[in-house]
Amino acid sequence: MLTVLTVITIVAAGVLASVNAVTAPQIEKINAENLSAGIKAVMGSDDIQVSEPWEVDAFTVYDINDKEGNLLGKAIVTTENGFGGPLKVLVGFNTEGDILGYTVLEHAETPGLGAKAGEWFQDKIKGMNPGKNNFTVSKDGGEVDAITASTITSRAFLLAIQKAYDKVFAGQDATSGATQQASASDMGTPDVIE
Amino acid sequence: MNNFKVLVNGIIKENPTFVLLLGMCPTLGTTSSAINGMSMGLATMCVLILSNFIIASIKKLIPDAVRIPSYIVVIASLVTVLQMLIKAYAPDIDKSLGLFIPLIVVNCIILGRAESFAAKNGPVASIFDGIGIGLGFTLGLTCLGAVRELLGTGAIFGVTLWGENYGMLMFVLAPGAFLALGYLIVLFNKITKKA
Amino acid sequence: MDYVLNLILIIIVAIFVNNVVLAQFLGICPFLGVSKKVDTASGMGMAVTAVLVVATIVTYLIQVYVLNAFGLEYLQTIAFILVVAALVQMIEIILKKTMPALYQALGVFLPLITTNCCILGVAILVIQKEYDLLEGVIYALATGVGFLLAMVLFAGLREQLELIDVPKSFRGVPIALVTAGLLAMAFMGFSGVDGGLKILFGL
Repeated sequence: MLTVLTVITIVAAGVLASVNAVTAPQIEKINAENLSAGIKAVMGSDDIQVSEPWEVDAFTVYDINDKEGNLLGKAIVTTENGFGGPLKVLVGFNTEGDILGYTVLEHAETPGLGAKAGEWFQDKIKGMNPGKNNFTVSKDGGEVDAITASTITSRAFLLAIQKAYDKVFAGQDATSGATQQASASDMGTPDVIE
Repeated sequence: MNNFKVLVNGIIKENPTFVLLLGMCPTLGTTSSAINGMSMGLATMCVLILSNFIIASIKKLIPDAVRIPSYIVVIASLVTVLQMLIKAYAPDIDKSLGLFIPLIVVNCIILGRAESFAAKNGPVASIFDGIGIGLGFTLGLTCLGAVRELLGTGAIFGVTLWGENYGMLMFVLAPGAFLALGYLIVLFNKITKKA
Repeated sequence: MDYVLNLILIIIVAIFVNNVVLAQFLGICPFLGVSKKVDTASGMGMAVTAVLVVATIVTYLIQVYVLNAFGLEYLQTIAFILVVAALVQMIEIILKKTMPALYQALGVFLPLITTNCCILGVAILVIQKEYDLLEGVIYALATGVGFLLAMVLFAGLREQLELIDVPKSFRGVPIALVTAGLLAMAFMGFSGVDGGLKILFGL
């Protein structure tokens, strides 16, 4: 009686192990592809080299170079608490800290309301610079229109980008820009993704 | 019962969503849009067909005392295989269905059909039962998803009909799931019981 | 201190904001099936709470010390469901032998709990949310309390419904679903509370 159950369980475990052996690398590959596609999208360019990521506090930063090795900017993964849970955004900056693009990686916002953050801000914040523009919702006196009926999500979204900017770019001017670049290249040689 | 009758039986007379009221958790939890409902229905159908077939084939080897645990092992393995395949080849579906994929294991439809049909019939008839019940479930979920999507966002299968400014957002949210299903069952009863 | 406030937040979110039945759609079968009377509903709620806590402890330990330790994460679903099934059987036997009074009250609900998806769901969620053991147990307990609360409220409403002349095609499940929809709408009033509390607690 128990032998039958044991045999079934062993067969099942064997089948699962073999399927896992096939799918696990594929899952990893898809995750890597999604990330590289996301970075290309937020940097607005296909001809880029992406560095190994480095971490500063809760932010993950990728240094982006063009094919000749000139620094184009940075793509930063940043997280803030939204309305329904963590709101994880990948945002691309040029070397000045102007926003090139963004994509929402993870969210738990209300469908039809806060969940619209993925498209809503695309045209609105491109070219803005959290250091120069008043990067808050218009309700708080800022320059960005909030998603209709989703002020909390909008605030969290903008705050996530503002914090990423403050951490990585703030205080960076002509002089410290050079050190920033130097320290960035110390973080490891850029890896070419596609 | 011939195989065709088995098939139709699952879609109308024993429709799992509107008549048997089985598998209510994924029914309510994954139908925020028509396409989500359909993917969940199809995922469940795959597991159901295979589990029905496997259980009908090996039922003579399993002693009665360990029947249920054995069935659960078979079903759980099928679900895990499906989960890994979806993660690897259709990550978008994995994102929208999330937790409800592993929870197919405890969907009462699957264990219920294993007990009430596959354990008593041959493998071929069991496949047809799986297809029938699976289609009925998929149909129910797609209907519910379509109604919720249409009322909530003014679109259906992602195609905008009258725009979300005229939608009642509540139907995409949790309360809408209960309300829409309640009214759909009333409608289904009206139609089938009159005919 | 932050850790304690975090636990309080987990409790409030699990009971009110993300109610297991009304917002997450887990455990709908018993919610619709055994909610005609308040006392059976509360019995079911308590049985589920007890099993939830025990199951979460056991599945957590299995995940950390067996699955993660040997790189067998892909066996999670199969291991967890077998553990839950075995556990429910064991609890039933132990209750029968040691606490016959409690068994009388909860026993009939126990076999139904194996296929209650909120047990497996919470076990998986605790791993997904990367809780530690104490957080996991608190989360499971609060989820159970949330389930109990929803069950009792819903059963109360359904007892009142018995006295009302419901249109024929709505009788039974449809009117129950509509009622549940209204209850879920009431619970939506709690959404966003967690964000405010987080700021209040300074987390």
